[in-house]
Amino acid sequence: MDNNYNFAFLDETAKRSIRRAILKAVAIPGYQVPFGSRELPIGRGWGTGGLQITLSIIGPKDILKVIDQGSDDSVNAVSIREFIKECTDVETTEDTEKATLIQTRHRIPEEKLKKDQILVLQVPLPEPLRIVEEREAITKKMHAEMDYAPMWLALYENIVRVGEIEIAADYPVMVEDRYIMNPSPIPRYDNNKLNMSENLYLFGAGREKKIYAVPPYTKIESLSFEDYPFRVEDMSGKSCFLCGAENVYMDEFFDDKTGEKLFQCSDSDYCKKLRLNNSKYELGGSLE
Amino acid sequence: MAYVAVRGGQDAIKKSIELLSLYKTRGSVNIELEALKNRMSLLIDKIMSEAGLISEDYAAIALKQSEGSPEEAVFLLRAYRTTLSRNYYSLPIDCEEMFLLRRISSAFKNVTGGQYLGPTYDYTHRLLNFNLKDDKADDITLDDIQEQVEELKAGRVTDLLREEGLIEEKEDDSEPLDITQFPINFKAPRSARLQTLTRAESGYINGLAYAGIRGFGSCHPTIGELRTGYIKVKIQHPIYKEENIIVGEFLATEVESLFSEELENDEKDPLKIMQQGKGDKADTSKNSLTLGIGYGLVLGRNDNKAISMSILDYVLETEGDSILQDEEFVLLHGDCLEMNGFISHLKLPHYVTFQSKLDRVRFSKKERE
Repeated sequence: MDNNYNFAFLDETAKRSIRRAILKAVAIPGYQVPFGSRELPIGRGWGTGGLQITLSIIGPKDILKVIDQGSDDSVNAVSIREFIKECTDVETTEDTEKATLIQTRHRIPEEKLKKDQILVLQVPLPEPLRIVEEREAITKKMHAEMDYAPMWLALYENIVRVGEIEIAADYPVMVEDRYIMNPSPIPRYDNNKLNMSENLYLFGAGREKKIYAVPPYTKIESLSFEDYPFRVEDMSGKSCFLCGAENVYMDEFFDDKTGEKLFQCSDSDYCKKLRLNNSKYELGGSLE
Repeated sequence: MAYVAVRGGQDAIKKSIELLSLYKTRGSVNIELEALKNRMSLLIDKIMSEAGLISEDYAAIALKQSEGSPEEAVFLLRAYRTTLSRNYYSLPIDCEEMFLLRRISSAFKNVTGGQYLGPTYDYTHRLLNFNLKDDKADDITLDDIQEQVEELKAGRVTDLLREEGLIEEKEDDSEPLDITQFPINFKAPRSARLQTLTRAESGYINGLAYAGIRGFGSCHPTIGELRTGYIKVKIQHPIYKEENIIVGEFLATEVESLFSEELENDEKDPLKIMQQGKGDKADTSKNSLTLGIGYGLVLGRNDNKAISMSILDYVLETEGDSILQDEEFVLLHGDCLEMNGFISHLKLPHYVTFQSKLDRVRFSKKERE
C-alpha cells in the first residue's frame, strides 16, 4: 500500500460528500444526484464515476471484484483493480459470489447477486433524455415535470422508421413509474436483472458529475409499447465454445486461424465456474 | 519600455525581441535538440501533425526556438514548409502495409492478427512520479525491455464486417484535392475534409468530437480498429513509370470507427409517408440499418486525435441541423495558424476602427436623449 496517499485515495471530506450523494440517490431511485466529482489518476471517462463511488464506500474488510465487458482480465478492469488494491490493500476476487463490492463496466454478472452485495456501474452518459434534448437545464426540468412525451415520441418515430427501437445497449428504463434512467451501457439482456433485485445498484458518472441508484426491490421497466414489447439480444441457438453455456450473454469473435465465427460467455467468471464445477448457478434477472 | 501609438514602435519591437531571447535562455541548463526530439516525442508528433511536415529534427528546433509553445512551433514549421516546392505526389498508401507498434479493437475481443497495446499511457495510473525530481532517475537503461523488432502486419478488422455485407461503402476514387495548393469550395470533397481534419489542432478536433458524442451531434462510435505503426511512402519512378521508389517512412495512427445508421430511402420513408397523411402504418417499406465508417489518420502517436477525426469525418457525412454537421463550421476553424493568427491579431492597434465604433455609440446615445 502506498502510504503517501489516504486509504482509498480520496480525502475523507470528499468521500463523505460522495456518500451523502449516494444516500440521496438511494432515497430517490432513478434520480440523478449531482456531486462534486474529483479528479483521479485514471482517465476521465474511463470509469472515474464508478471508481469514486467504490473508493467512498469501500472498507478494509470488503472483498472487491472489478470487471469490464464481463471479464476480470480486461485491461481496464486490471488497471482499476490494481489501483484500488494499491490504495486500500483489500482482498480481491474474481468470484462473483464471494465479492462484497463489484465495480463493473458494461455488464451485470450472470450469477444472481445477493442482498449483501453492491454493484457499482460506470456510467458514460447518465442522461437518457439527451437523445431528444441537448441542454442540461432543460432535461433537468423535463425530469422534474415528468415531461417524457418527447422521449416516447422519439421511440415511436424510431419504430415507424426502422420497425424497431434502435437503442442497442444503455437501453433506458422507467424506475418505479417515476424517473426514466439510463442503466449505463449494459446490453439489453442485462436490463431485467435490475428489476426487483436483492442487491443495491449504484451508478457513477464522473465526467458528468452525477450519481444515481437502484435500491433493492425497485420496479424497473424497460421502455416499450404494448404492441412493440421490449426485446433483448437474440442469443438463441448460440452456445459458448468453451463451456457450452446457452441463454447467457455472449461475445462473438473470429478464430485467429480458421476465421470461423465463435461465441464465448461474456462473463468470464461464470464461464470458468461452469467449466470447473459443471453445476447449475442461479441466474440473475426475473421477467416477472 | 512603454509602447505608444504607431510611432516609436520599431525600438519597442527591438527591445521586446531582446527580452524574448533572455526568456528563452533562462537558467543554466541548455536543452539539447536530441533530448527534445527523443524525450518529448509526443509533442514532436503533435507539432509535425499540425504543421503537416514530417521532420523530427526541424520540429525539435521549432520547439526550442519557441519556448515549447506548440502553436509557435507549428507556425515556424509551416512558414518554412511554404518555401519548399511540392515535387511529387506519393502513390496511395495502404495502411494494411503498416508495420505495427499498436493495434486494438474495441469492437471485438479477439481479432485475426491479434491485439497489441504497444506503448500507451492508457493503463498507467497518473500518479506524479516524485523520483523524477532527481534528474538522473530516468536515465536508467531498461535492459530487459526491448522494442519489438519483428515486422508485424495485419489485415483490417472491418474487412470481416465488409464480407458479411454489414458496412455501407461510399466509393470515391476521385483525384484528391490538396488543400495546401488549392482552396476548398463548399461542399468540400471528402479528401479535402480529411486533409483539413488531420492537420487541425488536436484540442479543437477533440473538443468538437467530444461535443458530438456527448449530445450535440449524437453519434455513438465503436472503434473497429486503432493502429499505430510505420508506413512507407512511395512515388512513381520519374522515368521508369512501372517502378516505384520508397522515399521515406513515417509513424502514423489510423482509426476506423463504426456507427449504426439508417439506410436512407427517401421515397419510401414511412415517417414522411405518414406525414403526408397517407396511411398510419407503413410497415412494408421500413428503412434498414447498416454500419457506417468514420476514418481518421494522423501523423505520429496520437490516438485521441485519430479517433476524434474519425468521428468528425463520419458526422460530416451525415445531414442534419447539428453544428457538427455544418462542414464550414467544422473545417474552417481548426487550423492552428489561422485560429491563432486571427485571435492574436486582436492585439494589433485598432485605433481607427475603434474610433469609428465610438462615433456610432456616442451618436446613438445622443439620439436617445
